[in-house]
Amino acid sequence: MKKRMLSLVLAGVMTAALLTGCGDSAGSDAGSADGAAEETTEAAETEVSEETAGDDAAAEDSSAEASGDSAGGTFKIGGIGPLTGSNAVYGIAAMNGSQIAVDEINAAGGINGMTVELNFQDDETDSEKSVNAYNALKDWGVQVLDGCVTSACSIAVSAKTAEDNIFQLTPSGSAVECVANPNSFRICFSDPNQGVASAQYIGEHSLATKVAVIYDSSDVYSSGIYEKFVTEAESQSFEVVTAGAFTADNKTDFSVQLQQAKDAGADLVFLPIYYNEAALILKQAADMGFEVKFFGCDGLDGILGVKNFDASLTEGVMLLTPFAADATDDLTVQFVTTYEEKFNETPNQFAADGYDAIYTIKAAAEKAGITADMSNEEICAAMQTAMTEITVDGLTGEGITWDASGEPTKEPKAVVIKDGVYTAM
Amino acid sequence: MDMEMKINKSKLSKSTKNDLITYGMVILTYIVVQLLVSMGHVSSLIQGLLVPFCTYVIVAVALNLTVGILGELSLGHAGFMCVGAFASAVFSLAFKDVLPGGLRFFLALLIGAAAAALIGFLVGIPVLRLRGDYLAIVTLAFGEIIKNIINVLYLGVDSKGVHFSMKDALSLQLEEDGVMLIKGAQGVTGTPNDSNFTVGVILILITLFIVLNFIHSRTGRAVMSIRDNRIAAESVGINVTKYKLIAFTVSASLAGVAGVLYAHNLSTLNALPKNFGYNMSIMILVFVVLGGIGNIRGSIVAAVLLTLLPEVLRGLSDYRMLIYSIVLIVMMIFNWSPNAVFFRKRLKQKFLPGRKAEKEEA
Repeated sequence: MKKRMLSLVLAGVMTAALLTGCGDSAGSDAGSADGAAEETTEAAETEVSEETAGDDAAAEDSSAEASGDSAGGTFKIGGIGPLTGSNAVYGIAAMNGSQIAVDEINAAGGINGMTVELNFQDDETDSEKSVNAYNALKDWGVQVLDGCVTSACSIAVSAKTAEDNIFQLTPSGSAVECVANPNSFRICFSDPNQGVASAQYIGEHSLATKVAVIYDSSDVYSSGIYEKFVTEAESQSFEVVTAGAFTADNKTDFSVQLQQAKDAGADLVFLPIYYNEAALILKQAADMGFEVKFFGCDGLDGILGVKNFDASLTEGVMLLTPFAADATDDLTVQFVTTYEEKFNETPNQFAADGYDAIYTIKAAAEKAGITADMSNEEICAAMQTAMTEITVDGLTGEGITWDASGEPTKEPKAVVIKDGVYTAM
Repeated sequence: MDMEMKINKSKLSKSTKNDLITYGMVILTYIVVQLLVSMGHVSSLIQGLLVPFCTYVIVAVALNLTVGILGELSLGHAGFMCVGAFASAVFSLAFKDVLPGGLRFFLALLIGAAAAALIGFLVGIPVLRLRGDYLAIVTLAFGEIIKNIINVLYLGVDSKGVHFSMKDALSLQLEEDGVMLIKGAQGVTGTPNDSNFTVGVILILITLFIVLNFIHSRTGRAVMSIRDNRIAAESVGINVTKYKLIAFTVSASLAGVAGVLYAHNLSTLNALPKNFGYNMSIMILVFVVLGGIGNIRGSIVAAVLLTLLPEVLRGLSDYRMLIYSIVLIVMMIFNWSPNAVFFRKRLKQKFLPGRKAEKEEA
């Protein structure tokens, strides 16, 4: 009987939670549909309900909010990325990076006097969940979207933001289609850009004559870079001798691909992949006595932090990355220190992208003169024009500018790992 | 005897009544939701979920046909969804500017259903001849194979015709003005958003119509007799493989329809472990098991509730997945534990004494 009662009570609690959840979202929806004047009061209401629901991210901010509300209102930035699942590391990094930027901006007086509020939602790297997350943010009253972190989700959501006229800036969605709509922009390099830049870099610096590529054919990022790399290689001084593909289901043994590269006499292996697999490749290459140069893209950033991995193997690995946590400029040092203090880990490129995204939104919003009582359509139109006029000095590049296509223009930085640290080339 | 005849004439048969309740439930929900939407009482989150609800309801009903009526375990229904989704998305993308929206989506539905039915038929031929849990194992493998094939498939079209490759986009050697339809792991992008709630509900009703009529048909009774006692069914001359194949193919093609709905709801479609992997297949199986094996109405309710649950729990941020799983366990206990079933019965007796009396009369 007790057990039965317990399960009944539990079920009751769940139903109650479900109902209250529905009530909240309905309330805030009415707010976003209504006129701008009502928005601020509605916003305050949602905040309270959010706080009671125990949303820590919102709760953290709303303490700072109380003072800001009276002055310039709030500016609501929504974020979307994978906070659970196998890609959680990227989403969490981008969220943390964005959060640091938001805290800094709020401490310095906000954007145009508005306090910035960040609400970061989980999408589990699933486009369908990502659209759900976006809809949840709409209920919350999002004004500008900082997302999504991954490419496919970003494409799915950008179709919706284009419909709703909400300005979207993806920190790290690198596929070409992410910025296909006029309202979407990005911080990171696009995949083709990285492929072309890598090929040009190898060619111009005569790093190799015979290049082997090992890439993940089931990954958008990796295959995107690979394709452009091969196309660009045709007009460069080196030739691509082999291309070994692997897939997400089969990424532990790379001896076949390495042997192929060795037999073909490659003197450089290009790795447009993420660092976890790259660490395995370096290890296996060393085991089979294959001495060769390795060159990677921003996905390799993080390789020095891989657990149970002999970091000395990375000696001499070159990578093209917009962000290096070991850089010595003031901005990076300050960011890395704050990040390490707050989250107890070294920030990666995604954190830097997230940080830059918030500052870019700030720059564009200030240029466009965004105020809290503007509608989403007005904000979107104003931000769109402002984006092409601003120049941002961020963690992932200096003097970043955008054109109307949404692509950033910035110099790729190449670094080489020397004595366990990134050194500029 | 006379009395009985009269009752039969004046009242619909029990199963028809039951089916009408199911249809009525779907239509009523549709009307209520549409009213609420038009009055602005529905949040964007829920509005965005309406099409996914329809998708999962259809696929849950489809799987229930295999699991509940045919009595075989299929762990590859996400694979059939995937086939339907990609076949239709490629079609819609290729004919995006040629055909008008309505006709294109209608044809896409037919193509998706046909493609999934064909694959289901091919998978079924060797496997349904076997006894035991072979179907579960083969469909599990099939789902993974489909996902991996799609991930290495490159398909493009230009003035010379259709090009395809299993290697990379470069080996397609498309002309400058060629269009990429499937870009390997990147999947299909730019599918027109043809799905909406109304279409979804119509498809649910069609699915229900097919499945419920199938169950009550001669074929359906033959299928159920195989489920209940294969030897007895064989001994009265039922062709076991044929009937199993019919049920399985229908189930696969309906899953394909769900895939079409899924593909035309988002502008990007990739075959990830998340949406078309075995995780999804298991999720669909959970809808069916939780709703009651063989209980079509239950599948509908379970699919809607379990799709809704993780989304309304968003407010709890990090804890939502934990709570979601707890709710799953609680629901499972409440539905299936003998004690809970007994308790529910007593509760019913207490509050609805009239209904019990009615039942006894019947």
